[in-house]
Order: sequence, then structure tokens, then C-alpha cells
Amino acid sequence: MQVKVFVTPRMGILDPQGRAVESSLQSLGFKNVSGVKVGKYILLEVEARTASEARDEAKKMCEALLANPVIEDYRFEVDGE
Amino acid sequence: MKWGVVRFPGSLDDGDALYAIAEVMGQDARILWHKDESLGGVECILLPGGFSYGDYLRTGAIARFSPIMKSVAKFAADGGLVIGICNGFQILCEAHLIPGALTRNRSLSFICERVWIRVENASTPFTRATKRGDLLRLPIKHGEGLYVAPEDELRQMEERGQVILRYVDADGRESDAANPNGSMRAIAGVANQRFNVFGLMPHPEHAVEAMLGGVDGLKIFQSIAGSAR
Repeated sequence: MQVKVFVTPRMGILDPQGRAVESSLQSLGFKNVSGVKVGKYILLEVEARTASEARDEAKKMCEALLANPVIEDYRFEVDGE
Repeated sequence: MKWGVVRFPGSLDDGDALYAIAEVMGQDARILWHKDESLGGVECILLPGGFSYGDYLRTGAIARFSPIMKSVAKFAADGGLVIGICNGFQILCEAHLIPGALTRNRSLSFICERVWIRVENASTPFTRATKRGDLLRLPIKHGEGLYVAPEDELRQMEERGQVILRYVDADGRESDAANPNGSMRAIAGVANQRFNVFGLMPHPEHAVEAMLGGVDGLKIFQSIAGSAR
């Protein structure tokens, strides 16, 4: 089962990449852009019988390795849900 | 004192750390391989700088799961001395042996320069050869050295004296310009609550002989050597 994991800098944590991208976009004329955050997109194939089983596994993986809760938030989508 | 320097795939400064401890300090030091679980009876573990596992995912995130890190965590829980320099600091944070995290420099650039560091707490096993307020001239070289921790945790760390080193200017004053990577509260080095685990971004092992541009790094190694149990 495919799981898509999105890891983004935590709210309130300085995100210099997001800030650099935002100011580049603005200097290109996209004056309407704000709140840019740069994160990671991780694709996983998880062997699981049900989507909820895959979801439990994905949560464990996020907490153990894929995201660092001090600086990052995560969310994920399980295919077929 | 018997020292162990852990070598991960991608470690860079393991050789320099070994040189500083064994050749300059004249102490017993050996390399510990990351896949081993035995610490060989050492009294201090040093996690060196570098790019363990290519900094994949996050700096230190993969190295933290190396077999030896289980033994290092147990060693630390038993009160053993552990120092992590640069990537070693990042690994200690990822392993939750030290609070906080290290993330991309504010400038987004890799920084390689000599900076001034102020000792904030000199009554730790890692700084006892210094005095509070002493200035050390040490090199930094990192892309991800911006120290981050939740604000309430930072306050508690400050109260407990866990902030050991801070970036300052040549006069010992904090300023935004003297904070090379944008670390919260200009933090350059922190310890755990028990003060037996210490992480720092500056490289004491690169400042141990006049030929290297300074010897201030020796004070860290002398502090540790003087803390042998």
C-alpha cells in the first residue's frame, strides 16, 4: 500500500529555505505569495492488510525516524483511504 | 583516561580528534567502529564531525541507529562522559541524549571560519579547565548548526546551566552579527541535565597546536582528561 509522507518545518521554527524561496518568488513579481515553507515528500510502499494498519505503521515510522518533532511537523496519506 | 572515537561512514574529523587526544594530549585513544557494540572499556566517547550517512534525511538521523549508539546511550545513562562535535552534536540531538535540534544555517550557506566562543558554565566535566566568561577562539565548519529548542525548554536549560557555550564577538558580547548561524540565544554548545553529555558545533580538535592557528581547543580536552573517574 502506498503511503505519502509530508514533512514540513514546524510553525514558529525559522525556515531559511522557505524564506529564501518566498523572497525569490516576490522578486519575480509574485507579490501575493507568503508563508512559504520548504519540506520533504517521502513515498513509501507498506505491506499491510488494511489502510488503517498501514496508517498505524506510517505513524510509527514518522515518529521513529522520518520527522524530528523538535523542528518538523508531519502528515501522511494512505492510498485508498 | 581511555578515549573512544566513533567512526561512522562519512565521519571526517575522527582522525583529527584521535590526533588531538593521542598525539597532542598523550592519552590512550582508539577508534570505535559504528557497527560494533562494544565500547572497549573507554571512559570517554567522542562522536566526531563529518557527514555521517551523507546527512541523508536529517543530519545525524541515520547514524543515531548505528549499533554502537545503543551502547553509547547506555554508557551515557550510566553517567559516562560523551562529547559530540559538530555532526556528533547533531547525532546526540537526534538520539535525544541532548535536548534540541540543529537545522540549516540562517544564511543557507556552509560556514567555515574562526569564531569567538564564551564559556557560560565552567563547572562541567567538559569546561572545568576554563573560567566562566572565558573566550575561546575556535573554528566552525558546518551547514546545519542553527540550534533550536522549544522556548520553555530553553528557559529551563538556561536556569540549570545547560547552555555551556555561546557565540560572541571579540569583546565577549552577544550580538546578531556575532551569531554565525542564527542559533537561538546564540547557543554553540549544550549539555544534558546530568552534565555528562555535551554537544558543540565548534571544533576543539582543530585548535590544539599553534600551527593550526590556535590552541584553545585543548582546554576542552584538558577539562575532560581532568574529569577521569
